[in-house]
This record gives sequence, C-alpha cells and structure tokens, in this order.
Amino acid sequence: MAFDAATIRQDFPILQQMRSATVPLTYLDNAASSQKPQSVIDTLNTYYRTQNANVHRGIHWLSEMATELYEGARVKLQKFVNAKTRREIIFTRGTTEAINLVAQTWGRANLKAGDVVLSTVMEHHANIVSWQIAAEQYGFTLHYVPLLYDGTLDQATYARLLREENVKLVALTHGSNTLGTINPVADMTQLAHAHGALVLVDAAQTAPHFKLDVQALDCDFLAFSGHKMLGPTGIGVLYGKRELLEAMPPFLGGGDMIATVTLEGSTWNQLPYKFEAGTPAIAQAIGLGAAVDYLNALDLPAANAHEHALFVELYERLSEIAGVRVLGAAPERGALAAFTMEGAHAHDIAQVLDQHGVAVRAGHHCTMPLHQHLGIAASVRASLYFYNTAADVDRFIQAVYAARKTLVS
Amino acid sequence: MDETFYRENILDHARHMRNKGLLSPCDFDHEEHNPLCGDHLHLTMRIDDNGIIREVGWDGSGCAISQASASMLGEELIGMSLEQARKLDKQFVLDLIGIPLTINRVKCATLSLKTLLVGLVSSEHWENIEDE
Repeated sequence: MAFDAATIRQDFPILQQMRSATVPLTYLDNAASSQKPQSVIDTLNTYYRTQNANVHRGIHWLSEMATELYEGARVKLQKFVNAKTRREIIFTRGTTEAINLVAQTWGRANLKAGDVVLSTVMEHHANIVSWQIAAEQYGFTLHYVPLLYDGTLDQATYARLLREENVKLVALTHGSNTLGTINPVADMTQLAHAHGALVLVDAAQTAPHFKLDVQALDCDFLAFSGHKMLGPTGIGVLYGKRELLEAMPPFLGGGDMIATVTLEGSTWNQLPYKFEAGTPAIAQAIGLGAAVDYLNALDLPAANAHEHALFVELYERLSEIAGVRVLGAAPERGALAAFTMEGAHAHDIAQVLDQHGVAVRAGHHCTMPLHQHLGIAASVRASLYFYNTAADVDRFIQAVYAARKTLVS
Repeated sequence: MDETFYRENILDHARHMRNKGLLSPCDFDHEEHNPLCGDHLHLTMRIDDNGIIREVGWDGSGCAISQASASMLGEELIGMSLEQARKLDKQFVLDLIGIPLTINRVKCATLSLKTLLVGLVSSEHWENIEDE
C-alpha cells in the first residue's frame, strides 16, 4: 500500500491550521525542527497532569512512576539506535550539548598539543565551534576535510590526512543540513579506526529519517536531537561506546552524577548517570520516547520513499526556475534543498514565501564556513518530512515564482 | 501500599541484624554506596581453602530495607562457595525480601548484593545484573 501522507497528517494538529483565512500552512522547515504528533503532545500532557515528580530519589508513588517512565524512555532510545546497553544512552539537551560533552570530557582526558581532530567543511557550527573551544583549552589542532564540487567530502584528502596527521578523532556529520549530502559514515569510520582515530557522528539530520544502527556503523559516539524527530525541545541523546564513556571524566557536576561526596572530594556515579547532573529533562525524555514509538509504528522505508519522491519533484522544479541555484549535487542526499536566487536575498525570499504560507529557513543554517566556501552569504532552505504532500511542493514552487516576480525585476 | 510493606521478617532483621560487625583479618573486603540516598555498606568475609564462605561480617548505615537485605544475604552466604556467590542475581535478594519493591527501592534492597558482586567480580558485571 502506498504511503498515505494525507492520513498521517491528521496526527499533527499544528498542520491542520491555516496561515490566514485563505492561505494554508505549508511547513517546509523540518530540518530546523519537526512538528509533533498528537501522541507526543498527549504524553507530555498526561505526564504533567498525572505523573510529574523528580526521578531517582523519591520513595513515593509519583516519583517511582516518573522514574519508570524516564528510564523506560532510555530503553526505547537504546533499541532505536541498537546500542548494546541502556547505559550507553546519555540524555542531553540536544546534539549540541552532546558534542560539547565529548569535546570537553573525552577531549580533556585524551587531547594534547600535537594531536589532531578532523572535522569537515560541511559541519554544523555545533561540530566546529565545540572543537575550536576545546582546541584552545587543550592545545590540539583542528583540520577540516574539504569538499568536492558536487558537495561530497573529498575522500582522497580524508585518507591522506588520516595517513599523514596524528588524528585522534573525526567529528563528522551523517547528513549535511545545507547540502543534503549523506556521508558514507560506516566506511569513513572503518578508515579512521584503521588509523587509530575515533569517530563522532552528528546524526541530527539523519536520526529523524533513517533507522540508525550504532553497532553496524561502529561509530564511537553518535549525537542527535529529539525535536527534529517528532519529540520535544530540550532533549537529545549522546550514544557512546561503554568503555569510552567509563573512562571519561564527568561533564557537569551536581546531583545524580555522584556516588559519594565529601568536602574533600567526590566519586562518580555509574553510567549513564555520571553524565546526567541535576534534575534531567524528565517530561521531554518521556515525550521523546513517545516520538520513538510513533516512528517505530511508521513504515519508515515507505515514508522515506514518499519523502524522496517529493524531494525529486521539488528539486527538479526548483532548478528550472531562472536564476535559482540549488546547493549540492551529491548522489545520495536527504530530502532538503537549499538555494539562492540571483538578485534576491534569502531573507526577502523567505518573507515572500511566508506571505504564501510557506515556512522555510533563511540564513546560513549554522553552516557559515560552508556558505563561505560556496561563496554565498545566505541561502533559503526547504526541508521535507514524511507528513509533507505534493500539494506542499506545489505551493512552495508557486511561492518561489511569486518571490522572483516581486524581488527580481 | 500499606503497612504490610514492612513484613515482620524484614523488621526482625532490621532490628536484630545478623553478622553485624567487620571481620579482621578477612579474605574479602569491599564497600559500596547507594548514590540515590547515601546508604553505605561494608562487607567482609572469611573464605576457606576450598573457596567456601565461612564467616560474614558487615557494617553499614541505611534504611530498614537495605540493612535487612544485608542481614538476610549474610546468613545465606555462610556455607556458600565463591563460585555460587558469583552467580547470584537480583532476584535472589528480592526473593529474600519477599515483598514487591518499586524501582527506586530496588536499589536499597540490592545494595548488599552490589557490594558482594562488585567486590567479587566487577562493576560492569553488577551493572549487567542490575539491568536484567
């Protein structure tokens, strides 16, 4: 049976809204944040109405219930990415905090002058700036894998850098949030391991779309955000191989992360609590668990095929518009298209699109180095999710034509 | 949950703790904490040449459940081989306690077993037992 996006859309109350009395809402800013199904909203509502309490400490009915739900969500996430144990799942605020955690703790214990961390030109700022800050603190050097013309990584240079430099860790995105490029992370991880380097994968753009398998990828760390995959904001996951996490010093100090505390010093709690100082984002974690339930119930390959078909149509029709340049031409890519239009700034295009009810992202999408490399200041990005329809693509294309008519004389 | 939670057997062990007091010298000596509440358990044992646990002595502080479980587990350990002790699981202690426990209180009940197994095997082994 074909994937029925029109029915699926009924699960998302926000998509039932009109932008105004006569203009429907066309939500194409999914790479920034996804919308939430009723089941996730209900889970949050039920939690706050009937289950709310602090976790791990209270010996009372509500606290026990909140603890069961919170730890139950961790197991859902463990299964979702096929981690070996729930202890490898650290709840963070999101991808950004997860990467900072690794840069600050694994970095502190393992990186020094003479070491190299390899990032790439297409990374989100989270996977560049975290390492720049750590490089200043711990004295290692940061290098970047360059791009080829089609928006894929230059694998020959990657292999050369691994061979010639003292690379300790590769910080690599699974899917580019601007070019759409899907990187061959399993192959790149294998090569990094052959040269004794670890690999951190930023899966913020792929976790919402694909069934990830950390054991098959064999990556050492993997980070993703809840809010891009139907879940609440303020919750994300750091996966790390157990032996690496065990050896890392803690990130933040506080409650729940300790085994014992005296005024002279402290010892650390076991995984994953060592890395979860303070009261965690309990409702958000449980909400993310509900999002995972929703994704598990979905026919993901069919959803992907649907998204991809929409993307191909959007890409082809967008490319036909005079003066439009779509960024990136990787053979394997996610369902998003960033573009520029000759004679019009991205912000102005997005403004006209909004008047047509079309929500897109305009700016540098937290990839300033990539935009600089492409020789542009900003771009407009339309990104699809499984609940988008052919009608969304139609309205988007019509709105881009309207923007061109208004802005480019 | 009602007052039957504090089953007579648990209260008896909590009030009249068996084998309390550390052994010195001893063949096994390990301490653990429950990070959730600060409960503490120190377990010592004397083991004969055949690997049989002959004497158990423990000290600690904590709630009735954690102290009673140490008292009960201590009694069970005497006469047990180290090989048997290494294979103990969470259910063994939960059965000794004999009442259903909620998720946060399981940690209290298993502190004594955690002390035994972390000391005897490894913290990773204990974490795997805990996750069963």
